[in-house]
Order: sequence, then C-alpha cells, then structure tokens
Amino acid sequence: MSEPVVSMRQITHAYDQKKVLNNVNFEIPRGAFMGLVGPNGGGKTTLIRILLGLLKPNEGSIKLFNQPIHKFKQWNKIGFVSQKANTFNRGFPATAFEVVSMGLTAKIGYLRFFNKQHKTLVLQALDQVGMLDYAYENVGNLSGGQQQRIFIARSLVNDPELLILDEPTVGVDYENVQRFYDLLHQLNDKQITLLLVTHDTGTMTEHATDIVCLNQTLHFHGKPEEYTSLSKEDLSRFYGHPVNIVTHNH
Amino acid sequence: MLADFFEYDFLRHTFFTGILIGIIAPLLGTFIVVRRLSLIADALSHVTLAGIAFGMLLEKRLGFVLLSPLYSGMAFSVLGSILIEKLRSVYKSYQEIAIPIILSGGVGLTVIFISLADGFNRDLMNYLFGSVSAVSQQDFYTIAGISILIIAVVALFYKELLTLSFDEEHATTSGIHAKRIHLLFIVLTALVIAASIQIVGVLLVSALMTLPVAASMRLAKGFKQMLFLSVVFGEIAVIIGLIGGYYLNIPPGGTIVMTAIMILLLSIGVKRFSFRYKKAGETNGYEGSN
Ligand SMILES: Nc1ncnc2c1ncn2[C@@H]1O[C@H](COP(=O)(O)OP(=O)(O)O)[C@@H](O)[C@H]1O
Ligand SMILES: [Mg+2]
Repeated sequence: MSEPVVSMRQITHAYDQKKVLNNVNFEIPRGAFMGLVGPNGGGKTTLIRILLGLLKPNEGSIKLFNQPIHKFKQWNKIGFVSQKANTFNRGFPATAFEVVSMGLTAKIGYLRFFNKQHKTLVLQALDQVGMLDYAYENVGNLSGGQQQRIFIARSLVNDPELLILDEPTVGVDYENVQRFYDLLHQLNDKQITLLLVTHDTGTMTEHATDIVCLNQTLHFHGKPEEYTSLSKEDLSRFYGHPVNIVTHNH
Repeated sequence: MLADFFEYDFLRHTFFTGILIGIIAPLLGTFIVVRRLSLIADALSHVTLAGIAFGMLLEKRLGFVLLSPLYSGMAFSVLGSILIEKLRSVYKSYQEIAIPIILSGGVGLTVIFISLADGFNRDLMNYLFGSVSAVSQQDFYTIAGISILIIAVVALFYKELLTLSFDEEHATTSGIHAKRIHLLFIVLTALVIAASIQIVGVLLVSALMTLPVAASMRLAKGFKQMLFLSVVFGEIAVIIGLIGGYYLNIPPGGTIVMTAIMILLLSIGVKRFSFRYKKAGETNGYEGSN
C-alpha cells in the first residue's frame, strides 16, 4: 500500500488549561475520501489547524507527504476550505474570478505577474465547480452554496493532491448538498485525496471510504459499514450523549 | 481658472503633488478600507505631525534648515508604522489598541516639540488643514520619487496584498509571508501619509484615503475596478478641491474632503437609482427567464 498523505502521531493539545486533543493518532491513505466526524467542540477544527501548521500542538509529530511538517514546503499540494469561509467578509468587493485567482498567488511567487496561462487555470477551476457563468460577479452577491464552490475552486486551481474541507455544508440546502457530494466524488475519482469534516454523520457514511470519529480522543477509525453497524451504546459513549444516525434514503 | 496654477511655481508644485497624492492615497486606501484599518491612517498622520514639529524645532534651535520637515515627518511616520505592527503582534486579540497608543503618542510628542520651540514662526496650521503654498520644489521631487516607488511596489506585490487582505488564514496556509507583507504595506502607508500631509493636512489625510474608496465600493464589480474608480474619484476630489480652495482662499484640505464627500453622496444616489431602475425592470417581466 502507498504511503499515507498525512500521518499524525500522538497529538495532544490544550488551549490554556483545557485539553482538546488527547493522544490522537491519525492517518489519511492516499486516494481516500475520509470523513472526520464528531460532536461540536470535539476538536476537529483544532486537529485540522495542527495538520496545516497553523497551530503547534503541545505534543506529537506530523508528517505530510512523508516529510516532517517543519520541513514540508509544498503547501500548494494541500487545498483547504476553512470553516470560516462561510463567514468571510461579504462586503469585500472581489469577483469570483479574483477570489479563485488568489489560490495561485503563492504558486506564482513573489515579483511575478498573473498571466494568460494563469487565467486559463482559473477559468478551468471555475468550470470544474460549475461556476463559470458567475466568474465576474462579486462573491458577496452569491448564495452560500455558490460561495462554497468558489472557495473549493480557489483550492482546485492549484491542482492539490489533498483537499481538506471543514464543515462545508453548513448553511447549504439539501439539494445543493447533493450536488456538492457529486462534485466531491468527481474530484476523488481524479485521485484527489479528500478529508471532509462534518457533524452530519448520516450523509457522510453514504459517501466516504473511511470514517474517523473524534471527540478529544479518536473513538473510531474504519470503514463506513463498520461505523453504521456500531451499537447505539458505542456511539453514545463516543459522543458523550445518546445519538441516532440519520441516513437519508433516496 | 487653472492659469494661476501654471503661472506661479509654488502653485504648479502644489498642483502636480496633488495629482500624485490623488493616485497614491486612494491606491493604498483601498487596501486599508477592505482590511478595516481606516483608523491606522489617522494614527500615522498624527505621528507624522510630531515628526514635522520635530523638524521645525531643529530648524529653529539650530538656526538653519537641516532638512525639510517633510523628511522628519516621514521618518516619524515610518517608525510609528513599524511600532504599530509590533504592538499588533503583542496584543494579538486586541489589535486595535495599537491605534490609540500611537495616535496619542503622536499628539503628545507634537505638544512637547511645540512648547520646546516656544512656538513656530512657520504656521503649523498649514499642516493641520493643508495649504496650497506649502510644497517646495524639493518636496515635490521627493514626493514624486516616493509616488513612483509606491506605485511600483503595489504593482509588484498586488496579488499578495489582495490575497492577504481577503483571507489572511488562507494566504498564510498557502505559504505567503504574511508578516513581511504587512510590514511592507504599513510602511508604504506611512510614506503616503507623510507625502499627502502638506496638501490635505494631518486631520484630513485619512479622509482622502478612505472617502473615494467608500464611494467606489458601492459601484464597482471586483477589486481591480474598485481600485481604479477610487483613484479616479480621489483625483477629481484633489483637482476640484485644490482649485476651489485657492480661489475661495480656504485650506485645500477642507475643499478636497468636501468634494470627496459630494462624490460619495452622488455614488450612494446613483446606486439607489440604478437599484430601483433594475427592480422596476424586473417587475416588468424580465424575471421569467428560468
Ligand atoms: N483559539 C481557541 N482558544 C481557546 N479555546 C478554543 C480555541 N479554539 C477552539 N477552542 C475550544 O476547543 C474545543 C474544540 O474546538 P474545535 O476544534 O473548534 O472543535 P470542532 O471543530 O470539533 O467543533 C472547543 O471547546 C473550543 O471552544
Ligand atoms: Mg469546527
């Protein structure tokens, strides 16, 4: 089996005195469509921020594409759509085209200019998420689901090998959630490894190839079939309160 | 009407300097506004005033012109901007506290320098509200050099500045050196403020950086268009304001800012009008396309 794209060992982290992650071991196999689920406040976003080098954990080691994180330089291999993407400054006057082109800024590099080839890449990324028609609209005027696509396109424009999405479906209506998963499958078929963070466990189990359940520690790491066959008692223990997995039939 | 501006050297220098700051002030102002840092411009303008007072104090005490107060103003402004960035990283969760600290520090120093000098023979009022006669030939050349530098640096770092302003977290994760770019940006801002101060004055320089942006923000599609429109509005405000100020014998800071406010009000009106027009269009049956 090929090397995992992400490997995190014995990650422990506390904000001030409050422990949020406790000895978490976690790997993402190349090509996976991994769902990271768990209750609100379970430490999902914290884990992602550590993975991305935005936060230094109290303890533990991280390898990205088989390199220790402090040596890792190819950040454009990793696309990230943050939870905050939902709450960006809507008044910011930037067109969808401009937002997606920002994905290329670091790749183009300092003292170099955006050129025709870059423009083609941006338009392709917009096309890939079905937003080509809105290229020259201000992003602030688009709907939540459309904005989400624009932010995904901003990552895709770099041709990432790993795409991380933190709660991307919050505030997106049912029909658009379905379109959104279709898009994710398309990307996964093109060999992009996906890490999708959500607390919508039901939908997740229908789509992911791997499920990880996090609440301070890792409670589950396995296939969706195994996850759905867990007993209610097990799940309640993970979540700290009783839960039902809702599966949508369609 | 423009004739005087070309006949007299001092007016000509003022006029061309005005044209330059009409470009650079809204240019940086656009980034300042979208990053919600409008008050930083105010803080830096007061530090610049302290620098100017310091230059004038040296001039008076030493009895000869060491260098134009423009230079000491610039030096203070740049130092103040670096200090702001430092304070902002010290007070991570209260970043705006850097602004009153620097602003009051600037005013405090100004007062001390003025009293150490026992008042100035040159009118400090010129620096508060701007003046049509304050720009010397040497100042003009300095400001022209600075303007070229600023435009070049903004052009070179445009994509980084925009990316960082829009989403700092994303910019950082993609590998952009946020801290260095911030520092570069704030130093440029300090230079723009020092360059603009003789014409618009300490109290109104932030207005020239933000009002044209506020007006164009409502009309523009996208950031580039907003930047372009801001410069156009800034330029109109400076030209009308300078000429008006000269003929009405009013400090140009006042006339420039009032012109900018007129433009802002017009832009709000235009937006309202086009919005209503569009709505009317829609109810007339343009909507049934899907
Ligand atoms: N910057 C922070 N400072 C202090 N506490 C934080 C911070 N960020 C998150 N937390 C706390 O850490 C816990 C885990 O948060 P988070 O990782 O965002 O969880 P999730 O994404 O699973 O909802 C929460 O209790 C949250 O309040
Ligand atoms: Mg979260």
